[in-house]
Amino acid sequence: MRKTKFSEANNSLSIGLKSKKIAIPYLIWILIFTILPIFLLMQYAFTNNQGNFTFANIERFFNPLYLGIMWHSIRMATMATVICFFLGYPIAYILSQKAYKDKTILLFLFVVPMWMNFLVRTYAWLFILGFNGVLNNILRFFGFEPIRLLFTDGAVLLGLVYTFLPFMIFPIYSSLQKIDERIIEAARDLGSNRLQLFFRIIFPLSLPGIASALTMVFMPAVATFLISNILGGGQYFLIGNLIEQQFLTVGNRHFGSALALIMFALIILCNVIFSYLSKEEKE
Amino acid sequence: MEFIELKNIEKNFYVNKQERQILKGINLSIKENEFLTLLGPSGSGKTTTLRIIGGFETASKGQVFFNGLDIGKTPPHKRAINTVFQNYALFPHMNVYDNVAYGLKIKKFSKSAIKDRVEKTLSLVNLSGFDKRSVKSLSGGQQQRIAIARALINEPKVLLLDEPLGALDLKLRKEMQIELKNMQKNLGITFIYVTHDQEEALTMSDQIAVMNDGEILQKGTSENIYNEPKNAFIASFIGTSNIITGTMERDRKVTFLKTDFECVDPMPGSVVQIVVRPEDIEIEQTPRDRNSLKGEVIEVIFFGVNYEMKVKTGDFIWKIHSTKSYERGQFVYLFMATEALHVMEMERSL
Ligand SMILES: Nc1ncnc2c1ncn2[C@@H]1O[C@H](COP(=O)(O)OP(=O)(O)O)[C@@H](O)[C@H]1O
Ligand SMILES: [Mg+2]
Repeated sequence: MRKTKFSEANNSLSIGLKSKKIAIPYLIWILIFTILPIFLLMQYAFTNNQGNFTFANIERFFNPLYLGIMWHSIRMATMATVICFFLGYPIAYILSQKAYKDKTILLFLFVVPMWMNFLVRTYAWLFILGFNGVLNNILRFFGFEPIRLLFTDGAVLLGLVYTFLPFMIFPIYSSLQKIDERIIEAARDLGSNRLQLFFRIIFPLSLPGIASALTMVFMPAVATFLISNILGGGQYFLIGNLIEQQFLTVGNRHFGSALALIMFALIILCNVIFSYLSKEEKE
Repeated sequence: MEFIELKNIEKNFYVNKQERQILKGINLSIKENEFLTLLGPSGSGKTTTLRIIGGFETASKGQVFFNGLDIGKTPPHKRAINTVFQNYALFPHMNVYDNVAYGLKIKKFSKSAIKDRVEKTLSLVNLSGFDKRSVKSLSGGQQQRIAIARALINEPKVLLLDEPLGALDLKLRKEMQIELKNMQKNLGITFIYVTHDQEEALTMSDQIAVMNDGEILQKGTSENIYNEPKNAFIASFIGTSNIITGTMERDRKVTFLKTDFECVDPMPGSVVQIVVRPEDIEIEQTPRDRNSLKGEVIEVIFFGVNYEMKVKTGDFIWKIHSTKSYERGQFVYLFMATEALHVMEMERSL
């Protein structure tokens, strides 16, 4: 035993050394596409049109109008994440059950939409939810008045849930699948019924998966602007739309950069919290 | 009425849509407070048998009785049986205390009662004071003890142990063997123990059931199995034995290597196999008038307490354990007492 451990350590050491060389192109990549943009963002965020240093762009954000937009974005993303969780966990759980284990086809069904173009998928909802869309036509068929479905909070939420559900399912599925069958048998052996087995063993062991699933849904959801653009109509404002507008319509790079930077800080904060939570559970 | 009884247990598994019979009619009875070992090579169906007793598999055919009741459809948590799993299967998200306490917590025992019992059980496995440790920080031997404590806290009538010492090093294994055996005696619990290690089986068990290829070949006490193996497979599996083919024309007379020997067995068939334990052969300088064979010493190895020697007679090489040593190349006479010869019917395939 000792010996193998030692040689494993040796191996990972040599891999570590080797991988340093291999990593150089990636480091360059990260430098160009991650570090550099962040510095550019910072530069714009802390300067004005004349190129003088200022906090004004950041301060401008703390205006009730923009704070409201931020709050709305966080609320929408949180709701989408919660809904995704309550939909996604049972799906992941069922998929991980023994009876379905060889039936990869089911998992496949959840992957296929991810391969489809994101815009096409989202525009498809226009045809379903629109005033003359599929749902309203069904309502008309049964003699009901058509209702406004599109360009509402509900439509945006639906878009968010629909788009990000797979990101909830996969991490949870993979953490559920990793649970050793013997551990479940041991729990049953010691007298657990189904509920006890789930809440005392399976759920706690899937927490690392849950933590990464929550991050993977919340972060893109809070930053989205395309889904709200399409399903919320042109007037619908999330923080993502605000940033987009500052860059593309208003042309105020400085305020746009400040907003993006704030957003970035928020995302990093979420990440830290979630990974802290999942580590806490592992100990 | 037997305490535990397996009647004609058969188990089929589907492997690549093909039905394979893994257990081919297991009959086994186990007494209360007995230490029974299922001994057999890997793949012989020991784990499957154990899982059927534990309730994790259902038999394709046959019945399992517990105190006379058919428990074939009773789920694992409703059986007075607990299991120590092959790889311990401790709950990785709980500390030592919570692992051991698990069985009581889910049965809604009071906090103080749980604390009492956990402390008692931890001291039983010599791990007092480990309560707050994470199970991942423990050594293999310690994890094993926690797994045993976790199973024992439910005060089962039967403990199933699937190769519990397989992952431990030799010294620790020997210590744990003695500890487990003492525990079983002191607690008065029935142990059903699975191992492929014949020495472990011989030293710990009250009863051994030797399995091969989904069947129980022989069941008996350690002495029984060791001294009177029913066939050559068991003889060779149980220990380093001399197994030689011979013929038997009359009761209590067997012929091999062109020499007649007296033995104690009546005639089981005309072609037979004879098993002679290495320690049952005496090496002498002079021939005797019966049960004696000439041979040449071809190898001598010293094993700390005794010598293992190889002696060649014709084509056959005898393994002999003795406290006296002889020179390589020396010609000697091998004496095998009538009781030292175990005559068995010929195995169809070996
Ligand atoms: N769930 C299963 N599905 C298919 N084959 C199995 C299953 N469990 C065990 N087997 C097969 O049954 C045989 C006996 O296995 P097992 O009872 O684990 O033997 P042992 O514990 O004696 O090594 C092996 O050939 C194994 O591959
Ligand atoms: Mg096994």
